Amino acid sequence: MAITYNLKRADFIFRNENDWEKILNRTLQRDKQELINELISSELKGRGGAGFPTGLKWKLANEAVSDEKYVICNADEGEPGTFKDREILTKVPFKVMSAMAICGYIIGAKKGFIYLRGEYKYLQPDLEKIIAEFEYYCKEINFDFTINIFMGSGAYICGEETALFESMEGKRGEPRNKPPFPTNSGYMGKPTVINNVETLAHTYTIFKHGSKKFYDLGVQFSRGTKLFSVSGDTPKPGIYELELGMSLQDFVDEFGDGDTKAVQVGGASGFLVPRKRFGETAIGFKGKLTGISLPTGGSMMLFNSSRSMFNVLDNYLEFFREESCGQCTPCRVGCQQLHIGIKAVKQGAKPASYLDKLLKLTETMQYTAKCGLGQSVANSFSSIVENFREEMIY
Amino acid sequence: MDPTQELISSLADRYGRSRENLLPILQGVVQKEKYLSDYLMIEIARELDLPAAEVYGTATFYSFLEYKQMGTYIIRVCKTITCSMKGKNQILLAIQNMLKIGVGETTPDRKFSLLETNCLGWCHKAPAMLINDEVYTELTPEKVRGILTEYLKK
Repeated sequence: MAITYNLKRADFIFRNENDWEKILNRTLQRDKQELINELISSELKGRGGAGFPTGLKWKLANEAVSDEKYVICNADEGEPGTFKDREILTKVPFKVMSAMAICGYIIGAKKGFIYLRGEYKYLQPDLEKIIAEFEYYCKEINFDFTINIFMGSGAYICGEETALFESMEGKRGEPRNKPPFPTNSGYMGKPTVINNVETLAHTYTIFKHGSKKFYDLGVQFSRGTKLFSVSGDTPKPGIYELELGMSLQDFVDEFGDGDTKAVQVGGASGFLVPRKRFGETAIGFKGKLTGISLPTGGSMMLFNSSRSMFNVLDNYLEFFREESCGQCTPCRVGCQQLHIGIKAVKQGAKPASYLDKLLKLTETMQYTAKCGLGQSVANSFSSIVENFREEMIY
Repeated sequence: MDPTQELISSLADRYGRSRENLLPILQGVVQKEKYLSDYLMIEIARELDLPAAEVYGTATFYSFLEYKQMGTYIIRVCKTITCSMKGKNQILLAIQNMLKIGVGETTPDRKFSLLETNCLGWCHKAPAMLINDEVYTELTPEKVRGILTEYLKK
């Protein structure tokens, strides 16, 4: 079942025509419902990894009734192998801020926040200067909107939207139960739109060029372009804007080093695809195409045949074990036991059949963990163990 | 008022005294004092009228809010997959040999602390490390020795 979509490069996000004032001013004159419809018909889905339809999110927040609402830009980019958001905030911050202001206009929020991960603290001084310039312009056109930076302090889990709210409220970054969803009860219990940095940048593109331009890119169910953070065993690591829906084989032909054994799509919480599946795997959101389709926050890590998949999994599990917030048992104990378990199998202390027990455990975690962290450990674990079982065993 | 109390109250004046201002205050104290001692956490709790246990619980959740004594320069070497594949161990070894400390330790003169950390977001320029807020990428043992030599002069 080969997929016929090719790799196509694009250049929207980083193209900077320095016309944000014009675009912002023009968009703020438009009708709110019309803007929401524009966004919905673009079929833009969240670029942080979860893929929630952005237009719907803004629509729900617009409909929520409250005296206070918030717009939050999620810049807690912590997924291993992802580094695009920093680049956006460095190169085209005005696009992101304009998008936040437009969102504020649509939903009726006067306050915006950028939650910036602690690891990117060096960006703060420059961003603050740009925010001052941005707010000055907002004042000039009589639009009431402010942006504040909220610094994270080194917790991967705070990229999860409700954990991020907890963190901003001065608490431990422990995810909340859903529902209620952020569009009804987010930061400080008020309706909140929280979007990834890249998602906001795409909304800017849509408001500038119209939804059709965006919709015409990509494939069914996966419209538009996406930034990919390419790293690992590749001669050209970096950030690339590509149309969604390409086959992984095309991707590897372009970025591989000729000896690519597997690609991790979507970071540690994503899936590992072995060489034999490159042809039947596409990059995009679920529910389409002929083969398997993998959603992603844009992290693409390539591994060549010199790499041990045991070491890769060991590294991921150590990561999850440390980054689990510890609130729910399936994730706290699960990550720990998976990590201990694969090492025991490797050292021969447990039989190879123990891997099947661990696979069952990941299944349990998938169903019972409270948030995406615990639920998605199964992705990388099962895709690595099932495809490279021989490398897991002593 | 002793200087740390002054620092805490000036941060509280700047950010506010309600719960949602706790993180910026903790960050401000760590920026200045490098870590949160029990004393500092109790003082912050007093200033914000919060239970000390809440402050402790929040502070210890975040890996960049240290609660053990740290050196002036905290070195955080990224240990996540790509950095690990691209020679993180040689980088650590170079630092350890130069500063004579292991991971999690501080030099006797309290100038440097060495830590490992999770993904810094520089996978395309691995291996990477942070020294306080400053980032260094595409490291080699020689490059690291050069960087540390500069810090030793400070």
